[in-house]
Amino acid sequence: MEVVLEVKNLVKEFGKQRALAGISFTLSRGELLGIIGPNGAGKTTLLNCLLGLVTPTEGEIRFFGLELEKHRTHILSRINFASNYVGLPLSLTVFENLVVYGLLYGVTGIRKRAEHLLRLFGLWEMRNQKTRHLSSGQMMRLCLAKALMNDPEVLLLDEPTAGLDLEIAEMVRDLIKNYQRERGLAVIFTSHNLHEMENLSDRVILLNEGRIIAEGPPRELCRRFGARNLEEVFFKALHGRETRHAQA
Amino acid sequence: MLRLKRILGVVARQVFLYRRSFSRILDLFYWPTMDILLWGFLTLYLERGTLHLPRFVSFFLGALILWHILYRSQLAVSVSFLEDIWSRNLLNLMVAPLSLTEYMLGLIAISLIKVSLAFTIMASLAGLFYGFNIFKLGMSLVPFVVNLLALGWGIGFVTIGFVFRFGQEAEILAWALAFVFLPISAVFYPLAVLPPLVQKLAWFTPSAHVFEGMRAVIAEGTLPTEHILWACGLNLLYLFFGAWVMHRQYEYARRQGLIPKIGE
Repeated sequence: MEVVLEVKNLVKEFGKQRALAGISFTLSRGELLGIIGPNGAGKTTLLNCLLGLVTPTEGEIRFFGLELEKHRTHILSRINFASNYVGLPLSLTVFENLVVYGLLYGVTGIRKRAEHLLRLFGLWEMRNQKTRHLSSGQMMRLCLAKALMNDPEVLLLDEPTAGLDLEIAEMVRDLIKNYQRERGLAVIFTSHNLHEMENLSDRVILLNEGRIIAEGPPRELCRRFGARNLEEVFFKALHGRETRHAQA
Repeated sequence: MLRLKRILGVVARQVFLYRRSFSRILDLFYWPTMDILLWGFLTLYLERGTLHLPRFVSFFLGALILWHILYRSQLAVSVSFLEDIWSRNLLNLMVAPLSLTEYMLGLIAISLIKVSLAFTIMASLAGLFYGFNIFKLGMSLVPFVVNLLALGWGIGFVTIGFVFRFGQEAEILAWALAFVFLPISAVFYPLAVLPPLVQKLAWFTPSAHVFEGMRAVIAEGTLPTEHILWACGLNLLYLFFGAWVMHRQYEYARRQGLIPKIGE
């Protein structure tokens, strides 16, 4: 499988604090990689480094074989991002928001693309409504639509279902999974919901104190740790058993 | 490589925002209107009163309109950036494939639109109420306006740079920084009024040359080339400095992981 992202020995220090302490992993086309870890483990710093929002202290990030720091604009045009904690301009309509991001990502056929995504995400009826009138679930779906405007090859999602009720969270998960399967999209996502992570991910990375302490497909991790589910893996891995190794 | 489409994206975001936001449209016209009415009538009173100040209305209204060009251009640049912080949209913008230069050009385009609207309303009201025609400055109006716009952009970029570094705490600079230039630029009085030391300092602000130049055009009818050349030269430095500050602070913010925290 073609590798679309390669992270080598990534270190990020903020003064004396080491947020990432030498992280290496790869992401293949069509793969759904989940990143879990307790608060302060380095998940958000890792995502921010991958998005070029934070400059690493050491190490290398390569998307599509190109170094992020040197080819930032080109790489950003081929990837995208959505987060439940990042909004879209509330005074713009649903449709206008997609038009703006279509322009920013240099999309051709913006109106058609926006229409397609709004229908796909069940937002077509609300296209002329101001974004401020959307519920949190609708807002997340709009953020996802925005993130797919440029038909990205890699999608980075920061807690896409945080704060959503169960039904809406399930809908968002389905949308991600279906789109990912359909388009062969590579996805990295963070979540505190380990059940969700288990069902959605092809592979999981467990971070703690800026290091990868476990990595592999959810079932493989459960087997390795003698755990019934990812939640048990999470607690067993965090309580001292150093088991980092390459995928089985 | 610069992409026009991406610059248009920055502009479209603001155009969509303004076209149905009554409060923002009001803000665009309200202060220029209030200023021209308040200070216009006051100057009229002073000119017609016992002081008998010749060409006072022309000097004052000309200065007021040109000052608004400077103030509005810097405000348009910095507030457009702040709008994305207020709407928690900054991160989406920062991870879009938009170079900092494209973003700056987008902000400049927005400021041109906003300043044009404010200028139109002020020039119209000055003509309507006081018979003052700003266009009597003739072709000299062009270098005056261009220089004030450029200085405004430079100040706006510095403001954005400070917000990158210090976060939303620094947003007050969007309304305050331009006013540092108000007293030393001798906007409403001749440069000779200032103390000798401040006069020397004023020669290093492009705006002082513009306002001295404007008074020279109104009083003598000739374009003071020396002032224009000084203003252009200084503005190149100011604009470059502003862009440099913004770029440096952006890179600093990336190293320190500050960008995701702006607005928190």
